[in-house]
Amino acid sequence: MIKNKSLVSITDFTKDEILRIIELAADFEADPNQRLLEGRIIASLFFEPSTRTRLSFETAINRLGGRVIGFSDANATSTTKGETLKDTIKMVSNYAELIVMRHPLEGAARYASEQSRVPIVNAGDGANQHPSQTLLDMFSMHKTQGRLDNLKIAMVGDLKYGRTVHSLIQAMSHFSPTFYFVAPDELKMPNEYKDFLRAHGIPFEEHRDMNEVIDKVDILYMTRVQKERFSDLLEYQRVKDAYILHNSMLESTRPNLRILHPLPRVNEISTDVDSNPKAYYFKQAENGVYTRMAIIASILGVK
Amino acid sequence: MCNVNNKELKVSAIKNGTVIDHIPAENLFKVISILGLENIPNQVTFGTNLESRKLGRKSIIKVADKFFEDAEINKISLVAPQAKLNIIRDYEVVEKRVVNVPDEVVGIVKCFNPKCITNHEPIVTHFAVQSKQPLELKCRYCEKVTTEKQMEIIK
Repeated sequence: MIKNKSLVSITDFTKDEILRIIELAADFEADPNQRLLEGRIIASLFFEPSTRTRLSFETAINRLGGRVIGFSDANATSTTKGETLKDTIKMVSNYAELIVMRHPLEGAARYASEQSRVPIVNAGDGANQHPSQTLLDMFSMHKTQGRLDNLKIAMVGDLKYGRTVHSLIQAMSHFSPTFYFVAPDELKMPNEYKDFLRAHGIPFEEHRDMNEVIDKVDILYMTRVQKERFSDLLEYQRVKDAYILHNSMLESTRPNLRILHPLPRVNEISTDVDSNPKAYYFKQAENGVYTRMAIIASILGVK
Repeated sequence: MCNVNNKELKVSAIKNGTVIDHIPAENLFKVISILGLENIPNQVTFGTNLESRKLGRKSIIKVADKFFEDAEINKISLVAPQAKLNIIRDYEVVEKRVVNVPDEVVGIVKCFNPKCITNHEPIVTHFAVQSKQPLELKCRYCEKVTTEKQMEIIK
């Protein structure tokens, strides 16, 4: 039962709840103007700026006919006067029926959910969790592949620090996937996630070159390889081009292949890929609005 | 320890109470702090850097007229996993107990993650014990795992 439940971590939702969100997101996509939250107030608290996620959530709330209160930068709030997160949440939970929050510190959303009278939707807590991103990724996979079961998924780039890939692994574990991890040695998938996959009997392979896997997968999930993650800049210079996707590499890929990316993109997907019908990242971002409508509507019990 | 026959008694005996033995010498003050022994009115005696075949150097604490609940004493398992308790009544050991790592650790340990909310606001830490040997504590908040090596006891 999703109603009145906080969404802090992707593991808070069961398989059935994930499927329910995906089904609802499809329903909102078919009919995006369902004013189910007329006259209701939702708080959007962004303790650190995030244009993309904030606009997506606020668009979702507006499409549902709800009103938004909040802030987009903690510098404009009492946080700068030393107010604790606890006090801010206690106060706002008296005003709004649901709180969407982004915070730079890890665990902030879980803590807020313990202090709040109303449900919390985590829109990112540091490097920890960003569950609405995971759900929109899954909605995108379901929409483009017609199923979530038995997909072959390649994850490319920064698999060490990328929270989106970690959450996606956990959530997809319900659906018997096969994973292909493509990363430079410095940014390999951490052992704790590989142990998780082994414990769940989910097959995975590790590669350094995406050409080795690109022709056999259904989903190519690209992430950014950030220069600042490397202790050795020479190593960065050596490997960086190996994690850039060019249109020419897509020639013999499967017809159903779709390329996903949580965005923002820097140079890891060459712009010549954008016009390829297999490029799906901008549509994926649009799917985020429907997914967030589904999350909010189901938590508030209006759908 | 407490071997009267060998004339090795280095800490005076108690009539009633609890003797906590086999504490690693370097963790004596952590145990005292975890059990809050600095704040109780009971007579507390301790010895440290005592010879131990198991630990090299060990500490021992004797608390007069105090009998610990399991939940209370299990807290010290984080810093003294091999600790043994002797329950003393009328100078006799009437019961021996070992400590067990609990399934949840509330307070006591600091989350190792500098970006965890618990290190920035006054929040009681809360961990699920993911593994007892070696010790791995998963933070309820940031979801990161603090290992035995990274573990720091909150003063």
